[in-house]
Order: sequence, then C-alpha cells, then structure tokens
Amino acid sequence: MVEKKLRATLITGRTIDQGVGKELGKGSQEYFDNVAVCFLDKADMIKLGLKPKMNIRVTSKFGSVVVKVKKFPRGANPGIVFMPCGLWANMVCGDETYSMGMPLYKGFAVEVEPAPNDVVLGLDELMKKEYGR
Amino acid sequence: MTEFKSVVCPICGCLCDDLEITVENNEIVKMKNGCAVCEAKMVYGYKSEERILKPMIRKDGKLVPVTMDEAIHKAAQILVDAKYPLLYGWSSSTNEAQRIGVELAEELGSTLDNCASICHGPSVMATQEIGIPTATLGQIRHRADLIVYWACNPWTSHPRHVERYTAFTEGRFEKSEWKNYMLKLKGETGKKKIEAASKRLGQYSPPPRPQVCMVDAPPKSIQKMGRKMIVVDVRKTKTAEAADYFLQVEPNKDYEIFSALRCLVNDQELDIDKVGGVPVDYLKDVADAMINCEFGAIFFGLGLTQSLGRFRNIEVAIALTRDLNRRTKFVISPMRGHFNVTGANIVFAWQTGYPYAIDFSQGYPQYNPGEFTINDLLRRGDNDATLVISSDPGAHFPKSSMQNMMKHPLITINPDMNAISRLGDVVFPAQWCGIEYSGTAYRMDSVPIPLKKVVEPPPGILNDQELLERILNEVRAIKAQKTEVQTKVKGEVRSAAKTVKKTAKRTKRKVA
Ligand code: SF4
Repeated sequence: MVEKKLRATLITGRTIDQGVGKELGKGSQEYFDNVAVCFLDKADMIKLGLKPKMNIRVTSKFGSVVVKVKKFPRGANPGIVFMPCGLWANMVCGDETYSMGMPLYKGFAVEVEPAPNDVVLGLDELMKKEYGR
Repeated sequence: MTEFKSVVCPICGCLCDDLEITVENNEIVKMKNGCAVCEAKMVYGYKSEERILKPMIRKDGKLVPVTMDEAIHKAAQILVDAKYPLLYGWSSSTNEAQRIGVELAEELGSTLDNCASICHGPSVMATQEIGIPTATLGQIRHRADLIVYWACNPWTSHPRHVERYTAFTEGRFEKSEWKNYMLKLKGETGKKKIEAASKRLGQYSPPPRPQVCMVDAPPKSIQKMGRKMIVVDVRKTKTAEAADYFLQVEPNKDYEIFSALRCLVNDQELDIDKVGGVPVDYLKDVADAMINCEFGAIFFGLGLTQSLGRFRNIEVAIALTRDLNRRTKFVISPMRGHFNVTGANIVFAWQTGYPYAIDFSQGYPQYNPGEFTINDLLRRGDNDATLVISSDPGAHFPKSSMQNMMKHPLITINPDMNAISRLGDVVFPAQWCGIEYSGTAYRMDSVPIPLKKVVEPPPGILNDQELLERILNEVRAIKAQKTEVQTKVKGEVRSAAKTVKKTAKRTKRKVA
C-alpha cells in the first residue's frame, strides 16, 4: 500500500558531487542537480510510491523544502534520509545549538511526502523567497 | 607554458602537496594528482563566470560596481557605526590574513568566530576538557596498521585521505591495501555480473531485502596482521564499502557505542545484548582488533560533532583512545574540513588565547562557545552588522540564522559569487588563496604548509590580507575622525558652559 508520509531521521553531509558542484560555482547547474536532492532507501521510496527524480517535500519543525528524490546508492538505510549540505538542506535544519554553538544538522525528525505539484526552486529563487534578496 | 610541481591544493584539510600544474597564458590548463573536487576548482571553478571582478555596494536593492576606495570606506563605516559587529569565516584564508582579522576584531570590540563553530568546535571543546593523544598524518601513514573512520566519509569529503595517509598508501613499515581492495572490487563486480546474467536467464531470485538496519558480523580480516580498515557510520558509504568491516550504528548512538567499547577494552562485562543497534559480541571483536593492533588511529568526522551529545561524543572517543594506550599505541584525529580551518583555530589561539567564539566587547578577549558562537549570536539577535570572509554561511547556515543575519548590514569578502556574496550589502572580490597568492595554512594534523601562487590575479583585485589591512586602516581613520569631532564638540560644549557660568556669576554680582 502506498503511504502518504514517511517519518524519518534526517542526516545532512557531504557528497563528492556536492563538492565538485560547489567548486564549479554555487550558481552552476551541477551544484543545483547534486544539492537540491534527498536520498531515500529503496524500500521507503516504494512505500511512498516514488521513482528517482520525482519531487518530494521534506518538512521538519524548522521548515520545509521541495527537492528531487534519489535512491541511496548502497546499503540498507530504511528510516534514514540524507541531504547533501547546502541551501536546500538548510531550510529544514534548526538553529538550536544546545549552548554549544553547533546548530542541528544531523539526526533529527523529518517528514517526507511526494510533492508532484510543487517545483524545486533554484538557488536564487529560494534565497529571494526566504532571505528577500 | 610553465609547469609547477609540489603545488598545495587549497580545498580540504588534507592539503595535498603533490599537485602538478601546467599554466598557459596565465591560466591553469592541466592538473595532475588532485582529486575530482580539486580538478573542479583548480582547472575550472577558479576562473568561472561567477568570479567577482569589482567591488559592489547594494543600492536600491541591486548590487552596483563601485571603486575599491568607496567600498572600503562603506565597509569601515558600517563596522564603526555598529554597536556589536561580528567577524566570521576565515577557514579558506591564509594565517597572515587571519592575524589581521584578530587585530580588526580587537579594534572594533566585536565578536570573532570561525567555521569550527559549525564543524569541529565540539572537538576543540573536548580537547580542552581532556587533551588529545594524536599524531601527524606522516606518522600514521608509515606506522598505523588499524585505521578506524568513525562518523566520516573521507571518500567524499577528503577524497585522497585514504590514498595518501592511511590504508591505501605505501608506508615505511606498513604496506598499502590498495591491491587487496582492487581484488575485492573485481570479485564483487564479477558476482554482480553473474547475478545479472542469471537474472536474464530467469534463474536468479534476489535475497530478501533487510527491513531494518542490518549489522554484519566482523570478518576475520580485522584481526589479521598488516593494515585493516574499520568504518563506523549510520549509513553505508563508499568508504564503508572499501573497509574490511563496516559497523552500521543507529543515529545519535555513538556515545553509547564508545562507552561500551571502553568497558570491553577495560575487561569489563556488559550484561546487555545490543548497544546502539550493534550486538555486543560484534563489539567484542572490534575491541579485540583495537587491542591487538600495533598502532591504531581513529579519524572522526562531523557525524560525531553534529549528532546528539556533540562534544561529549568526542570526549568519550578520546577517553577510549586513552584507555587503548594502556594496551597498545593508539591515536585520534579530527577530519578537519576546510583547508585552513585548523589554521584559524591556531592563529586565533596564539593571538587571543582562544581558538574560536571570541568576544572583544570588554576590550579584552573572552571565550564562550554557546554564547559567542555565531549561530547563538544570530539566534539571540545580538549583533548588528556582519563581516563574512572566505566562507559561505549563506549555503551552510540554518535558514533562521541567515534570516537574522539579513536584518543588519552584511559585508562579504570572497573570490566568487557564492551564496553569501549574493546576499551582501558590500561585496568585495578577493584573490584565490593558494592559486593567486601564497601564504601559510595548517593541515588537519596542525602541520603548517606553505601555499603556492601559480597564476596572476585579475587586475585590481586584492588578497584577503591586503584588503583587511585597508579596512583596518580605514576603521582607524574613521574612529580617529570621530574622536576628533567628539573632542572638538566636547571642548566647544565645555567652553560654552564656562561662558554661561561666567555670565550667570556676573549677573548675580550685578543684582547683588
Ligand atoms: S583530497 Fe582535499 S586537498 Fe587533496 S586534492 Fe582532494 S580536495 Fe585537494
């Protein structure tokens, strides 16, 4: 049965493609293609009726963002979703530091749902929307 | 055509110093030995269309080019007018520029923070609490026979770390495991091909997919003589695939696993079956491998510093290393990200006594992570102007922090139009450090390495150090002018008051 939403733990981090994209330029197509994404386990994708490159909405208590879905390239990681660090992941990360300076980047709860009618905003569009510039 | 040898890569904390670069007509046309990320920057990225070639100031919502003098004056004016400015970044700059940054912060009475705040700040805090038994990458390369990568994925974040400093390098006393890895890879590819062929012939039924995180039992190879690699992480990464053993743990459970390993290393029994999703029997094998090695090294990444527990995770990891040193030789080292974030900590520490999260508002340096760290300042809305240099919080800070930063004037110094430069009010161009100007940077193991200059910068663009010096001079000039005006006004007020007093006295006498 196809489920509407998946409750998962979000991890953000580096990927080699994100590294290459950022060095080519934050406005580059490579950066957008490799950073405005979220990796899901194959089993979780089946649960949500998702196919690679479909749009999904990731929501945490700090915010929400639409990105493309990708399948984890290796291993079984049900219940874990991964976003490359970058502007799109920032939209759901929290500024709570527990008095240690470090914001919430890893290991917090998010909800993932298909978003066929929403668009993935580009770097400039997303900054305009959220930061007004 | 000029060829440069032993060029240092100014990207990640590995600071690989074996690049061979060919320059033609003042452009890098070829690069040898670097990884994919290095190639993206050194051959293409540094000269991309996103390069900033002129200083800019935001007027009516749009960034417009201005002269360098105008931009410097505007930036200095913003910083002087602010009650509590914040200077942040520094991790992709030289130590020489970082030193000027400290001077500027002191002059302004501002806060001064660097990128350690959002990467290995907790590691710095843990080191201050408990110390750190560590070694240089050279020592590890030649001597370590057990490498543990914990909560990090060097294959993507430090692509040549394994190849240059650990399992896949030919050390003086330890051999490279590269050939064995290639054999393993070939075997696995062969297996996959056979599976695919059988599938086509309809003879293959795939094994049932695991529905929960499955941890495999440790293979015998982690107890073998010679080099072996263990990866501990919450998800299977490329580094995990190359390892002898991958230990998959549940998110936010590292503290428990370290504590369990400490018990086992200290010959204590655990009366539970599983810790952090890992059977204790498997942890026993890992503890044995750690105790039985000749020279072990743990490298840890942001998976520890950014997960629940933060610096306590690192503290317990260091405590495990200390315990292991009673049984064998063991070291631990953070996988520092940006190429000179270690340098920022070191320069700030030798100049002020503290590595990051420094406040100068009282006229002397104070240190308090959680209070003077940038995300805490932004969260509370304490600062009223920000200068960001050689880093990109626009792409790496949580949304709410950035929204708070945007409420006040923002000055940026970066070579290209990254996310933060796109948001700036005063946007400075800068030279690419380690490509267009030389300087010093500290590798992740705190070894200073001189960076090389290989091409000339575009005309009129200053390097970070020159730019900061000019901003500092302008700040001093504006402050001096302000003091002069204030003294003059004070003097005038005083003499006016005197005249009023005298007149009053005279009138009093006359009346009397
Ligand atoms: S591993 Fe790091 S320092 Fe070495 S070439 Fe790659 S990006 Fe540069």
